[in-house]
Amino acid sequence: MIINHPLLGPRDSSEFVYLGDASLLNRPDWQADDALEQFIDYGHTRDNPAGLHRELWYHEQGDRSWLVVTRNTVTHEITSVELARDVARTEGRFE
Amino acid sequence: MRYSGFRVIKEALTGHRGWGPAWRDPEPKAEYDYVIIGGGGHGLATAYYLAKEYKQSRIAVLEKGWIGGGNVGRNTTIVRSNYLLDGNEPFYEFSLKLWEGLEQELNYNAMMSQRGIINLMHSDAQRDAYIRRGNAMILNGADAQLLDQKQVLEKYPFLNVKNARFPVMGGLLQARAGTARHDAVAWGYARAADQCGVDIIQNCEVTGFKIEGGKIRGVETSRGFIGAKKVGSCVAGSSSKVMAFAGMRLPIESHVLQAFVSEGLKPVLPGVITFGAGHFYCSQSDKGGLVFGGNIDGYNTYASRGNLPMVEDVMEEAIAMFPMLGRARLLRSWGGIMDMSMDGTPIIDKTHIDGLYFNGGWCYGGFKATPASGMVYAHLLATDAPHDTATAFKLDRFHTGHMIDEKGVGNQPNLH
Repeated sequence: MIINHPLLGPRDSSEFVYLGDASLLNRPDWQADDALEQFIDYGHTRDNPAGLHRELWYHEQGDRSWLVVTRNTVTHEITSVELARDVARTEGRFE
Repeated sequence: MRYSGFRVIKEALTGHRGWGPAWRDPEPKAEYDYVIIGGGGHGLATAYYLAKEYKQSRIAVLEKGWIGGGNVGRNTTIVRSNYLLDGNEPFYEFSLKLWEGLEQELNYNAMMSQRGIINLMHSDAQRDAYIRRGNAMILNGADAQLLDQKQVLEKYPFLNVKNARFPVMGGLLQARAGTARHDAVAWGYARAADQCGVDIIQNCEVTGFKIEGGKIRGVETSRGFIGAKKVGSCVAGSSSKVMAFAGMRLPIESHVLQAFVSEGLKPVLPGVITFGAGHFYCSQSDKGGLVFGGNIDGYNTYASRGNLPMVEDVMEEAIAMFPMLGRARLLRSWGGIMDMSMDGTPIIDKTHIDGLYFNGGWCYGGFKATPASGMVYAHLLATDAPHDTATAFKLDRFHTGHMIDEKGVGNQPNLH
């Protein structure tokens, strides 16, 4: 698989480390009443879809940026690659 | 019909006209007591033991394609019980004991061959870890033997034991481990289950559950609705897809594991051997091909094919261990979809829906577990209580903190 890095252009996926579902960006609020349940869910349960999957890849053998890659888990086709930093900012993670 | 040597001779002399189909091809009935989803090794074994050991009837196995067409038909055929942790080892040893009597039990030649497995060790720390593992195995009634370098060389004289980076210091031998003919395991269970009255329904894909008031009523399928008092999902690789019909999210990711076969060679590997400095395991099939594999590719996928970086990685490990393999040609490679669980250990449990049960999360260790998985799942389905050897495979263990993590790498499925 070739991952089209937003800054570096097309790079082979073997330069990257795979973490998992991009929902891992959304760490639960530790002060919520049901924080325990939320963290168990955050840490362990996954949608695991057959089809489009947003996922986190880390460019370990490159610029060490985290990327959010949208990839089809049935065909391996990659439709979008974003910097995880930009995604998190857009979703209001860092005010 | 019972298979026997006498029968083979009789059929040979009468033109092989007496062999019938090994199992029926029934139409689905309107309702069953038990519906098992998934006609793989585990599903067929579950149906067989439900009928044979737990004396249940009105059982159907629903398979979306043909039986044995999933992971039981695409693995590296290794059977062993060399685990460490208390939650695992009694279960896998129970499985190995069932393997030892499987062919007589099923009256089917599964080509079970107890040719032994050696896990090579390459450092002092690894020797200590293997001593610990071997002791854990012996404490649970399995067999284990520590071999030094000389003893390993007696069995495998061509090993590159003096590799500067990964010298072979010895190995952990389980002599009762070995290989079995994977397809024959599925066929043997199918035939034996069929003879016990189990309906094996192929080309019947489950497309939904009918759940009323928190209780299962049956399954929607591509061949219409089938009522059921109890439904057991047994579809490792596709567990998330099937359990999503019941609104469940699982502690599972689907990953691809590749396997490889070389061209046919003269007998060179007497047993199963694994490389301790990486993740590589190899045996030789009776046809002569070396059957081997390594790690999963490491990203979520439902495509039954892998990518080239892992192919390269596995070949590097092969050459590090057996330099002579450099001249052998690779004949085939393929991929299978694994349920990778969050702690590397399977799940066999009830669900929050009355009458709906779950068996999955086998990572890439499902084949060796086939007989025990069937037996303990049948026990759970028939009695609503876990079997003695499978009390730890709970679905809620990630809530209670009782994970069973052989490698100790945490909730990162692609590291297990």
